[in-house]
Amino acid sequence: MIINHPILGPRDSAEFTYIGDAALIDRPDWQAEDALAQFVDYGYLRDNPAGKHKELWFHEQGDRSFLVVTRDTTTHEISGVELARDVARKRGRRK
Amino acid sequence: MSQVNRLTGGQIDRSQTLKFKFDGKNFEGHPGDTLASALLANGVRLMGRSFKYHRPRGALTAGSEEPNAIVELREGARQEPNTRATTAELFEGLTAKSQNKIGSLKFDLMAINDRFSNFLTAGFYYKTFMWPAAFWEKVYEPIIRNAAGLGSISFKDDPDSYDRGFLHCDLLIIGAGPAGLAAALVAAKSGAEVILADEDFNMGGRLNSERFSLNHQSGVDWALSTVLELQSFQNVRLMPRTTILGAFDHGIYGALERVSDHLLVPLAGKPRQILWQIYTKRSLLCAGATERPIAFENNDRPGIMLAGAMRSYANRWAVTPSQSVAIFTNNDDGHKTAIDLKALGVNIAGVVDIRLDAPDSDLYEVIAGGQVIDTNGRLGLTSITVSTPNGKTRCLTCGALGVSGGWNPNIHLTSHHRGRPVWNDDIAAFCPPIDGPAGLSVAGAALGSFTTTGALLSGAKQATEALEELGFKTKKAVLPEAEGTITKMTPFWYVEGCTRAWLDQQNDVTVKDVKLSHQENFVSVEHLKRYTTLGMATDQGKTSNMGGLAIMAELTGKTIPQVGTTIFRPPYTPTAIGAFAGRDRDKDFRPIRKTPSHKWAEEQGAVFVEVGMWLRAQWFPKSNERHWRESVDREVLATRNSVGICDVTTLGKIDVQGSDAAIFLNKIYANGFAKLAIGKTRYGLMLREDGIVMDDGTAGRLAEDHFVVTTTTANAVPVYRHMEFARQCLWPDLDVQLISTTESWAQYAVAGPNARRLLLKVVDPSFDISNEAFPFMGCANITVFGGLRARLFRISFSGELAFEIAVPTRYGDAMMRRLMKEGEEFDVTPYGTEALGVMRIEKGHATGNELNGTTTALNLGMGLMVSKKKDSIGSTLSERVGMNPEDALKLVGFRPVNPKDPVPAGSHLMTKGDPVDAAHDQGYITSACYSPNLGYSIAIGYLKSGDTRKGEIMRLVSPLAGYDHEVEVVSAHFLDPEGERMRA
Repeated sequence: MIINHPILGPRDSAEFTYIGDAALIDRPDWQAEDALAQFVDYGYLRDNPAGKHKELWFHEQGDRSFLVVTRDTTTHEISGVELARDVARKRGRRK
Repeated sequence: MSQVNRLTGGQIDRSQTLKFKFDGKNFEGHPGDTLASALLANGVRLMGRSFKYHRPRGALTAGSEEPNAIVELREGARQEPNTRATTAELFEGLTAKSQNKIGSLKFDLMAINDRFSNFLTAGFYYKTFMWPAAFWEKVYEPIIRNAAGLGSISFKDDPDSYDRGFLHCDLLIIGAGPAGLAAALVAAKSGAEVILADEDFNMGGRLNSERFSLNHQSGVDWALSTVLELQSFQNVRLMPRTTILGAFDHGIYGALERVSDHLLVPLAGKPRQILWQIYTKRSLLCAGATERPIAFENNDRPGIMLAGAMRSYANRWAVTPSQSVAIFTNNDDGHKTAIDLKALGVNIAGVVDIRLDAPDSDLYEVIAGGQVIDTNGRLGLTSITVSTPNGKTRCLTCGALGVSGGWNPNIHLTSHHRGRPVWNDDIAAFCPPIDGPAGLSVAGAALGSFTTTGALLSGAKQATEALEELGFKTKKAVLPEAEGTITKMTPFWYVEGCTRAWLDQQNDVTVKDVKLSHQENFVSVEHLKRYTTLGMATDQGKTSNMGGLAIMAELTGKTIPQVGTTIFRPPYTPTAIGAFAGRDRDKDFRPIRKTPSHKWAEEQGAVFVEVGMWLRAQWFPKSNERHWRESVDREVLATRNSVGICDVTTLGKIDVQGSDAAIFLNKIYANGFAKLAIGKTRYGLMLREDGIVMDDGTAGRLAEDHFVVTTTTANAVPVYRHMEFARQCLWPDLDVQLISTTESWAQYAVAGPNARRLLLKVVDPSFDISNEAFPFMGCANITVFGGLRARLFRISFSGELAFEIAVPTRYGDAMMRRLMKEGEEFDVTPYGTEALGVMRIEKGHATGNELNGTTTALNLGMGLMVSKKKDSIGSTLSERVGMNPEDALKLVGFRPVNPKDPVPAGSHLMTKGDPVDAAHDQGYITSACYSPNLGYSIAIGYLKSGDTRKGEIMRLVSPLAGYDHEVEVVSAHFLDPEGERMRA
């Protein structure tokens, strides 16, 4: 597979380490009333779509960026690649 | 002279003679021959035995689709099983052996299987070897293993090397027949970067096997001149002897180039094969077509081959399998073989054409509406029995029979992304799917276009379209005139009434087997394949699948497209594991990491152990020491009594910098880091988000915005990854930067009561390292030996007064040597990982054995360290159900009741009087050693409610190792429990 790195351009997937569902970005608030239940969902429940899937790839043999790759699990077609940091900010994560 | 079946012409070099050996017998051939063509030239039709019934077999084809003529090529360590004689290029000194026989090829003892064929039908194994169950492992399996399998391996190391490489191109053209060559001409002139790959050693594809002309040239000459023209283009890479194995994602293709397979021994410095990864913008499949046989009774005798292959042997290799041949066909193409062989002087015993309206001929007899109903000849064909439309049978004497049932496009690569082939009634064959791999077009016979003109036109057209899409300007292709007659064909799969008629010759699957599997209700084509093994093994059913599908369709009353087809996956042809391994084998399987003072350690005779790819000194034996324990005990005692030095460079080091560095570490570690003072180091417990311990280490604060984190050697990479995840994905706005400095600093632990005295000789006097100025858990940037920058940490894994001193990597070797020299007066002793292990067990310190992926902070007795006042990774899920049971395992120490007993790691702990079973398990030993300070074996491990059971005598059992004795539960701190030494 080829992943089109937003900074470095097309790179072979062999340079990356697959991390998992990009939902890992959405870490719950530890002070929420149901924090434990939220963390259990966050830690153990994953969607397993046949189709578009947002997932984290770590450019471990490259610039060490975490990327959010949108990949169709049935065709491996990649329809989007973003820096995970940008996605995290967009999803409201700060400090 | 012995090449009795050599004809005139052909593309072989008669000026040179090559000697070769088959089954111990000497033969001669010429450059340009394959092993199969040379054997046929020498009158050898029998080339192997079949897999199951051990039937005598010869070459069915002249290409990589060959099911029968597979041999063990070469001898000794280079012996390679399952090599197709039909593609093996002949070289001087070639040796080959036939396979699947016990005894000789002519008198195979296993041929008895053929007599029991009624019992050895589809599903035989499943039905027969069921009972008694115990017989499977001891009796049935060894017998089957001995009898089954294709070929044998040498069990010696492969002496040759294999490479892997990467190529990039605009257009990859797969196959160099008329379509591929026409496409390549268009592409070459457009200026695009082009790769043209073909599995054959001669490019030209089918043109090399035919006698017709293109313009005023022979097809062979046109192919040759086109290849020469292509060679003149800088932007074209020609890759003969290269098989495109598979279509992978995003335009990446796997290719195997057989660099040296046509040589006895690879040239110096050359690999045997190269596995290429080809990155393409577009690709064009011009893989041609494969002829399919017709099934009839005893259709597997040596001498019976595909008609197109027979024509290849005659035209390309100037060989006929016999001086008298017959043809059995359902199409016009079969007649071409008769015409070509007749022209070369071979007697045509007759052309049996199933069609009543078969074209007649003046050159040979045509039996229109005839069918071959049986054949004769034990080790090679002697005659065929033919039924005629008037109900009579005739016997034709012949030594070879060319069979043609039509042609199947070679669409394999188009299915590699699960595209479903599409049935085409005109050619009664499956054509490429509409949803093939993105960027892959198909041209020529692979698309179902079977004329030469059609191939040339479609190759040029598809290349033009692909290139224009990429933005290249193409010129109109000037193509030669060629034959363009559509071949007429009437689908015909098998002769009615036949039973022992082979569909899949490699797996010995007959028409009867397919019928049986239908009778036993295997209705899916995938099940048929697996039950009968149709289409499996090295040829992957290239010649056999269609026949099976056709019969299944008939039995189920469906059409072939309704039955469907199994699809294809890589590799297109068998590929040696060595090619996939490339250079990554033996000691090069993965990198070896050496610390800067590795050479020094080698000079001391250190015994090394691999830890996370690092080589670490395990111990440093002295010449009088006979046993490793002597060395380790000495190192431990010397350290505890004076001073020892251990290379701890391999521990992971991560530099954490930025104004939010402390906040970041506070989130990463379960315990608090926000308030760590500058110049101090703290033990840090790192949890996974699920609350399990990930790693432990220390973090030292060198400045307000600068920490140095250490990890265990094995977890350096995962911890760094984890921290980057937290930094980029969880808290993206923190001002913090990370970099791994594991390899930037050489680090040494200096431990023992004389550690400070030794370091006073090393550290520059401007730095006060007294206990008051630099107490336990201190850290500082310092200089040594008059200005060399270094880092000093007062941390202790051994429990002694200890420091870790780090210098830039390039000074590591010098540092180690100087420390040893300066330490002479204290009798300084280098110690390895074993002594390190003994000392940390004596202190009850956890390491990888204890942090085993199930461990919680509570298990380690560190439950209170997990701060509830802040958010850190893992803190919330530390509270989840089951994490904090009343009787949680706790890390405690153990000592044997009888001081002579060992306390081996892995043993389990049982309450005295309880049965020894998993239900009553109380815990287990994680780390054990002999303590030279205490004089007996000690251990640490996990015990249910262990912290409240000190003094209890327990039963230590290891049913596997045979241990069963008593141990006492004690504190894990065996030595200096108050930690006075390390604070000294």
